[in-house]
Order: sequence, then C-alpha cells, then structure tokens
Amino acid sequence: MSETMNTDEAGVLAPARGAFDQDWRKLVNWGLICALALIFVSLTDMPDKLDKRVIVEPLLSMGYLSLIWIPVALGNFVTREVVLEGMTQHKKGLRELVAGVSVGAIGGAGLALLIWLLDTRDLSDPLVNWNDALLEVLSFGEGVGYGAIFWILASAGLGLAGGAFHLLSAIANRLLLAIALTIVLTASLESALDDISEGFQLEWLFEALFEKKGGLSVQGAIILAVFAIAWVLVLGGQAKRGRAAVTARRELSPTKVNTVGLVLIAVAAVVLPMFLGRLTNDLFTNVGLFLLLALGLNIVVGLAGILDLGYVAFFAVGGYTAAIMTSPSSPGLSPELPWWVAIFVVVFMAIVAGLFIGAPVIRMRGDYLAIVTLGFGEIIRLTVRSDWASGFTGGAQGILSIPGADIVGVATVKGTDPQQVLYLVIGFVAIAIYVSWRLENSRIGRAWMAVREDESVAEAMGINTVNSKLQAFVVGAILASFSGAIFAAKVGSVFESSFKILVSIVILVIVIVGGMGRIAGVAAGALVLVGILGGPNQPGLLAEFSEFKLLIYGALLIWMMLKRPEGLIPNVRRSRELHQDEFLQDAWLKAQANDDDDEAASGEVAPA
Amino acid sequence: MSEAVASPTPLLEFRGINTHYGAVHILKDVDLAIYPGELVCLLGGNASGKSTTLKTLLGMVTPTTGEVVLDGEVVNDKPTSYRVERGVTMVPENRRLFKRLTVKENLELGAYLRNDDGVESDLERIYEMFPRVKERLNQKSGTLSGGEQQMVAVGRALMANPRVLLMDEPSMGLAPALVQTNFELIQQIHEEGVAIFMVEQNANMALSIADRGWVLQTGRVVLDDSAEALLANPELRASYLGDGNR
Repeated sequence: MSETMNTDEAGVLAPARGAFDQDWRKLVNWGLICALALIFVSLTDMPDKLDKRVIVEPLLSMGYLSLIWIPVALGNFVTREVVLEGMTQHKKGLRELVAGVSVGAIGGAGLALLIWLLDTRDLSDPLVNWNDALLEVLSFGEGVGYGAIFWILASAGLGLAGGAFHLLSAIANRLLLAIALTIVLTASLESALDDISEGFQLEWLFEALFEKKGGLSVQGAIILAVFAIAWVLVLGGQAKRGRAAVTARRELSPTKVNTVGLVLIAVAAVVLPMFLGRLTNDLFTNVGLFLLLALGLNIVVGLAGILDLGYVAFFAVGGYTAAIMTSPSSPGLSPELPWWVAIFVVVFMAIVAGLFIGAPVIRMRGDYLAIVTLGFGEIIRLTVRSDWASGFTGGAQGILSIPGADIVGVATVKGTDPQQVLYLVIGFVAIAIYVSWRLENSRIGRAWMAVREDESVAEAMGINTVNSKLQAFVVGAILASFSGAIFAAKVGSVFESSFKILVSIVILVIVIVGGMGRIAGVAAGALVLVGILGGPNQPGLLAEFSEFKLLIYGALLIWMMLKRPEGLIPNVRRSRELHQDEFLQDAWLKAQANDDDDEAASGEVAPA
Repeated sequence: MSEAVASPTPLLEFRGINTHYGAVHILKDVDLAIYPGELVCLLGGNASGKSTTLKTLLGMVTPTTGEVVLDGEVVNDKPTSYRVERGVTMVPENRRLFKRLTVKENLELGAYLRNDDGVESDLERIYEMFPRVKERLNQKSGTLSGGEQQMVAVGRALMANPRVLLMDEPSMGLAPALVQTNFELIQQIHEEGVAIFMVEQNANMALSIADRGWVLQTGRVVLDDSAEALLANPELRASYLGDGNR
C-alpha cells in the first residue's frame, strides 16, 4: 500500500498506519452524519426540485449534485487531521481510503433505508416531500432494490474518492477542486451568462459551452476543465502573489485606498450596464438595493455595535415616503412631487424615524436593544397597514402607480428600464460607499468604534455615547431610506408585505457573511447572497434555489460563524483577532516554557 | 480638610456627597478635596464605595445630595465631557483598553475632546515615555501584555492633557514585578505636575508614595490623614496592611 502514497512533502513522515488501524467509533460517527445529511437533503426535496437544472447534460443535474458532494466531503473530512507542531504525522495510505469508503457506505446505507421506507411507509403527513416523485428520482425509476444498491455503492465510491484526495499531491488537489468549481459555477451562472454573452456579442462562446435545452455540454465541460487547469498552473501562482502583496500593503497602511482598483471598479460600473441584458441589469439592481441597505446597517452594527434587528423599518419609511410624495394615486396626501424633490422629504423622514426609534432604544444594551429594535421593525409595518394610517398608506392595498424616479435635468428613470434603474442605484451606492469610508476614518467613526468596544470607558474619555449612537442610527436610517425610495420607483408600487422582518434578517446576514465593518466585505456578501441566491422577494441567479434560499442562508451563516467569523472579505486586523487564540496560546506556551527555564536558571545562579 | 496644602482652592472637591443605586445608599456624607499637583489615595475594601467615588467625580454617577466642585464651580449636572475637557481624566480599572482598536487609535481616543495643536507633540511625549508603545502603534491593543496595556492605558489618559488623573486600582491584575514599576510610573507622572487620585487595595504600596489618604468603609470616610500617619495607624495596620510588612 505504501507505494501509492503522497510524497509531496518530503521529510519526517512516519510510516503509514495499517488499513484497519482505524478509530472505528469516529468512522461510525461520521458515517451516521453522512447518512443523516443525505436523508435530510433528500427530504428537503432538493434532488427532485433541482433535477431539472442540469449542470452537465446528460450526466449531472443540480439535484444529484446536492447529494453527491456529501459523501465526498465527509469521506475526506473523516481522516483530516489538524497538524500541530510536535505531532507525529503519518504517511497517507490505504487507511484513508478504507475510512472514506466506510463513511460513504454507511451514508449510502442510510439513503437506501430512506428509499425502502419511502416505498413501504407513508410519512407524508409531517414530511411534505415524502412522495413518489422523490422515490422516483432516488431510485432512477428502476425500483427500490436497484436504487438502494446503487446508492450504497455510489456513496461508498464517492467516499473513496473523498479519502483519495489525501493521497494526491497538493497541486493535484487544487486542480481537481478548480475544475469542479469552474464547472459548477459556470453552470450555475448559465442564465446570466446567456444574458451577458448577448451584450458582448459572445453568443458563439456561450453556444460552444452550453446545450440548447440547458446545461453544459460534455464538450463545454471539457473546455472549462482545460481552462481551469491552465488557470491554476499558469495564473494561480501569480494571483496568489498579487493577493499576498495587497494584503501586506493593507496591513502597513490599512486606510490607504487602492487607486487602480477603484478606477477599474468605477469604469466597470459605468460601462458594464450598457452590455448587460435585462435580466442581469435587474439582478444587479437588486444587489445594489440590498448593498445600500447593508452599507447602512454596517455603520449601525459594524461600526457602532448597535444590533438593530428592525432595520427594515427605515427601508419602509423610505419606500412609503417616496410613494406618498410622488404617486398621483396615493390616498390622503398626494403632492405628486418629482422624485428628486421627494428624496429630500425621504431624508427628512428617515432622520425623524431614526430619532424617534433611536431615542428610546439607544439607552439599552446588547440583547435588550436587539429585541426592542425587532419590535420596532414590526411596529412600523403594522402601523402602515393599520386602519389608522391606511388613509395615507393605503393599508393592505398599498400605493400604486408610482412614477419613475425623475432626476432633474438628467433623465426620468422608469422601473421598466432596468438599465436606467441600475445606473441610479450605482449612483447612490457610490455615495453610500464614499460616506461610509469617510465616516469610518473620521473622528465620529472613531467615537463609534470606541462605543462599540467599551461604552463606559468611551464615556469616560468624554465621548457623548448617546449622541454618537443616535448619529449612527440616523446615518443608517438615511441610507436605508434611499434604498426604499429607489425600490418604490423601480417597482412602481409599495405594499407593507415587502417590508417584513425577513428583510432585516437578510440584510444582517449579508453584513455578517460579508465581513462586519468592512465595505468590500459587505459588497461581496450582497453579491453572493442577493445576486446568486436571491433576496427575500427577489429572484437570484439560481432561481430554482429560491425555495431553499433560507436553508442555504442559515447553513452559510452557521458555517461562517464556525469557520470564518471574520466574513468573506475580512478586515485584516479583525481576522487576526478572531483567530489569534490559536497562535496566542502557542506563543503563551512558548513564553511560559522560556520563563520556567529562566527562573530555574536564575534561581540556581542567583545565590552566587 | 485638616491638611495644610500649598494651594488654597482644591481642584476637585466633594462636599457632603451621598449617592444611591436605587434604594441602596452607597456614599454617605463624603467630603474629599484634591489640590493641584497632589498625590492622594483612597483606600478601602470591597464594596466600600471606591469605584462609585471615582464615577461620581467623573460625572458618570450623579449624587443624590451634596456637591461635586471642580475649580470652585459646582458641576453636579455637568456631563462627563465637561469635566474631561477641564482636565479630569480616568485610568479605568483593569485598564479597559479598546481591545480591537490599535494602540494608536486608543491613544487618539484619549485626546478625543481636544482640538488644540498640542496633540501631536503629546503623542511624541508618550512615545518617549513608553518606547515599547511606539513599537506597537499599529498592533491591536488587546494583543499586548498586561504591562504594555497598562502603559497604553496611562498614555491614553495622559493624551487628554489632564490636571488630575483618577486611577482605579492601577495595580490590579498586574504581575507583582510590574506593580513596583507601575507605582514608579505614577510617581513620575506626579512629578510632572499632574495631581493623582488613586484608588487602591494595595494600601502599603499606595501610602508609600502618596501625600495623603482617606479610608473608606461602607461608604463613609473613617480615616483622613497624612500618608505617614495612616501608615502608622494601628487600626489600619490591622485591617488593611496585614501585620505590617508584606
């Protein structure tokens, strides 16, 4: 067995352990986790619902992908070891393969059990997806026996593959990962790529990669694989070096702005919308609206440390104010102002709402504050819907026929033209980013951070903590109200149901997943969550996933909290702090050892 | 006050202060006076009201009766920022740095209320005083060792350009070797003309550098004397100083 082993890292590897020298208990544990994961995913109905979304025609669909990654990943994890200094490292060998196979097989057995149960029992009462369609997909329409045996064997094979990653060299691992990611990502972005390729006159490329009826062609997959290999081998090293350089520079001067990057982004923001189709423009508009919200919440939560769970309230204030001010059909008050005038009223109302909600809430701390803001978020929505306010807000009927956003002297932005709306959103996002960036590095930004870190000490430094928290609240409210005003003009109507608590939660998830307190992180979070998975009421790229959006949000949030609490694009400093326990402990142990030596030495020498 | 001191007007003064947390009576008729350039200490056991005294001086707790007087002006209803601007600064218990901010940001926050030109030169002064701090300017203050954190905490307070430094248990949580250095540092600051009001449990050490001291017991000042007299006081020796030399 030891012939096949990994010789990548030469040096002091202990010989491989025997194939059956296993921690069986751990194997069974991971196997059961694998089985439960497979059953859980099956019962969410992903395999059935996503079967129509093809990745590589006719080999693989998203539905099956939702299952097969599980044994591969867990077959790999079961023998993954955290290597610390001083630990004996064994060569990898048959042992890893056996572990992978066992985990996969136990998982497959779990799925086989599910197939058998699907056939013999009816649990469709609590489990809504317990139906024949699922059975059909899992057993390929070939009967229970075939399905069960197929999945045990397939899962064992996938587990084996997962284990085998340990035997491959680092570069081979990276290549395989790159190929898999490229293919899956490209296939996920199919509809957007279709849209974009039209704008850039690249239909020929799109047609070379994708089948007419959807999904990559086999040939397309091979092209992508070659591309991925080339990328890793040729460009991979350079990209890594570039990133290292950027990180190093950022550490030296954290506030310095990368001018080249900024110019590139600005050019892209101006040029790109012209080439994008309706669908992608609309998608980016949604991303922009949520980015605007997330940037505001980032100031409130990320900088000032106020956990506001009712942030949607300000989005609603912006949306309704713009609607009432501009729409000819708003009941009660209907001044029919042009949008650019209305935006001043919107800002004013946002400030009023920020002070009104903020003043009582700001005196609380931590959990209490979070719960009270949660309440205020709902209060605003319920007020809008109530009989009392429906004379102005239209109650459940909402406000309709909101004219487009009229920008004085420039253009009238209509919701029916996504490209124009996108430009409007980009304009406001640019303002929001500039404001966030300036505030972060200002005196008031520093006061916010001090309040976030330690409120009473901040007060002892002479900072007026109540005022600075209120300021953060109001700035956040204004940014959210911009988003609301654009949203109203874009959609052409507002209903209270667009401002449910879920919106608050999605915005918070964007901020957390992206990287709290960091503008680039928040942008990445908005792009990934809203762009790919979709917002609360907005479809994303993976429209088929919209049913599973919240499941994926939750899973992503948990995973991020455990493995990458600093977010997708971390603040360098913050990331070091979150992971510092690991090396601080190390440093402490070392220092401790040195001290002991010193003391022992000096203790002996001192009398002389 | 029975002490004869150089300057006639106290910098900071308590006149018959009573404070309550809800119904709980904390400080009971406390009179204190801190004169410019003095080094005084307030001794007392747990829950004797030491921290409340500091918070009341700084305006974070409002007294129910009595007057807090700063430069002859009653400042009971003035906010903390008003007092900080006029030279009253605190080094909080356990240092309490803004841990996720850098050392430099911590120091700058100390000068939050200042807009005079002296901030830059004061930063330089702090670097001179603590070369170790200068080396770690861009490091997050939470990653510093206890001794270094103490330097930053003191530096942060000095950045406010104080006339009186309120120190809450400056030796708490420091390694024994550092306690001595820390008291030397306090003396050094004192020699530069800053008045120091120190709240301590380490009575021996505190009294050895202080001019005067008070002993607080369940919210009441029970002893008020010069440091030498307090050190010699048999009652105090029995209750706070153990059996003499520790």
